[in-house]
Amino acid sequence: MNIAILECDHLQILLDVLRKRGYQVIGPTLGEGAIVYSDLNSTANLPIGWTDEQDGGTYRLKKRNDKALFGYTVGPHSWKKYLLPSELRLWKIKRNGVSFQIVTENEATRKFAFVGVRSCDIHAISVQDKVFMNGQYIDQHYTSQRKDTFIVAVNCGKAGGTCFCVSMNTGPKATFGFDLAMTEIIEGKNHYFLVETGTELGAEIFREIPHKQANEKEKCAADDILRKTAEQMGRSMDTSNIKDLFYRNHEHPRWNNVAERCLTCANCTMVCPTCFCTTVEDVTDLMSEHAERWRKLDSCFTMDFSYIHGGSVRASTKSRYRHWITHKLATWIDQFGTSGCVGCGRCITWCPVAIDITEEVHAIRESETVIGKQKTIVKEDIHANTGTLSGRTSFFKRP
Amino acid sequence: MKSIITEPMIPKPFRIHRKLKETHDTYTIELESTNGADGFPFSAGQFNMLYIFGVGEVPISISSDPSMPKMLKHTARSVGTVTKALLNLRRGDILGVRGPFGSHWPVEEAVGNDVVIVAGGIGLAPMRPVLYSFISHRDKYGKIILLYGARTPEDLLYKKELELWRGRFDLEVKVIVDSASGNWRGNVGVVTTLIPRIQFDPLHTVAMICGPEVMMRYTLKELQNCGIKNENIFVSMERNMKCGICLCGHCQFGPKFVCKDGPVFCYDHIKELFGKREI
Repeated sequence: MNIAILECDHLQILLDVLRKRGYQVIGPTLGEGAIVYSDLNSTANLPIGWTDEQDGGTYRLKKRNDKALFGYTVGPHSWKKYLLPSELRLWKIKRNGVSFQIVTENEATRKFAFVGVRSCDIHAISVQDKVFMNGQYIDQHYTSQRKDTFIVAVNCGKAGGTCFCVSMNTGPKATFGFDLAMTEIIEGKNHYFLVETGTELGAEIFREIPHKQANEKEKCAADDILRKTAEQMGRSMDTSNIKDLFYRNHEHPRWNNVAERCLTCANCTMVCPTCFCTTVEDVTDLMSEHAERWRKLDSCFTMDFSYIHGGSVRASTKSRYRHWITHKLATWIDQFGTSGCVGCGRCITWCPVAIDITEEVHAIRESETVIGKQKTIVKEDIHANTGTLSGRTSFFKRP
Repeated sequence: MKSIITEPMIPKPFRIHRKLKETHDTYTIELESTNGADGFPFSAGQFNMLYIFGVGEVPISISSDPSMPKMLKHTARSVGTVTKALLNLRRGDILGVRGPFGSHWPVEEAVGNDVVIVAGGIGLAPMRPVLYSFISHRDKYGKIILLYGARTPEDLLYKKELELWRGRFDLEVKVIVDSASGNWRGNVGVVTTLIPRIQFDPLHTVAMICGPEVMMRYTLKELQNCGIKNENIFVSMERNMKCGICLCGHCQFGPKFVCKDGPVFCYDHIKELFGKREI
């Protein structure tokens, strides 16, 4: 694989080349008090010198002491904003005497170039590819949008407080699914990107931009950065036998515990880069001559989501949280052959009450080992006739 | 089987040919394609998404004879916004149809076996295509038994057909209602109480159940007690559905999608999920 050096000042040329080739360039920008994805015509619109501070239920922008272009992690947006828009008109329909006529949407699909896609989000896009492009039925809109998407990955130079891509095996280095992948390196006055090409198209576009071959020292610098990032992960999750862990624990006291905290606000599903559930809404004009069908993002945390005649299947908060986390970490594997969680940490950061997916997994896993241990202790006690079980009564206490 | 269907989200117009009143709140509508010639091939147990102009869409199982694909019948109870609007439509009105979707009853697999069909309430609707298939190939099967439970005698679907089927020597049809007034001379009770009263060869019997989940749960137990193997028991599940093509996520039942893997499931494949609360 060809590895080259792109000077920081030349990044603008990459954006220009992409635009010249008809791409709508999207990238991280400052907005809404966060780092959000938006049109990116100039590198000046990047959040230069900014970083973010993330923890459970906490997100803050902060100044860095350098001029890094990508010195932050992921914000509330994910690329599904473009690939799986929150609102999409599927068709229009016109009454035609007693019959009707359907007009399908003929919207010219835009060619997107995503700049600054993190490894976890590349995995998330690949997870949604499996949902929308690999099954018996194909999502037309997603597929047409996706096939023309150009991806410029950025390897993470720092990990966020809620990141756990190392646990999910999804980062911090982009290993597939990109046209170009860059690692930002700042060494004193030197500010450059180590660029790897992933596709023929990526290489072709990159040839139009001034660059030089990378030497061993520069390659090592990038490796060092990624090694440090991997060591900084704010969270971790033990994923061993995770599917069976959830299948075994459909009934577990922890679900009641989390239900006491969960507001069923659906934030986690909205920020999640893999959550794909949608609903449809039908609207008419006042004359009832024209109607439209819209597809909108939906969330399994709402009561309506599982409504059938007679009531909602998942009426309790506990069952809705359980459904969500079980889907992410267990049933997704049976459905699509991959985990539905990529370790981006968004659901932890944007949960208003800081419910933490890694902590919930840990609590359920721990309770099994504690119960296991307790059983052994009891056994030993029977034989030794000594010892107590004190301090082992509150396994499920809130942290 | 991988079939890329280009526009499965676009409803096709169908004209209401006839509307039959089954009970005070349940109707059967007969649909014919607006372009006449086209048939609508489907398998017994599959469902369609029916679209009412400007109101919305509902998944309704197909209740007509699979060997007569030109006439599509759906039996629906008026319980929600769309079903109410659906049943307010009249002969000649147009509605949209997407489908057929989902899995089907094991009509072929049951050849050579006894068959026990247990239906509750409107659960008889998706069973009718199966009965049509069995009757038209009657000699391929052993005993065919239909057990049907409804709330009251007034809630029984397809009364004329039930009487016709009950009059045949090669079908065993038992009907039961939860409650009835004094002039009902039939059985009163829950449908599971009919199971001990029938005889079949449990090792060579295929059972098919459709009804409310609680009814299916107890029916299952009763059939298992009789010795029918899990892999020979089939149930039809219900979940919220928006797309019917496994993309909207609504119909998840554990790792299964009811629209694609179901609605008809072999019990053996879902025994870990079935009966779990709020799954």
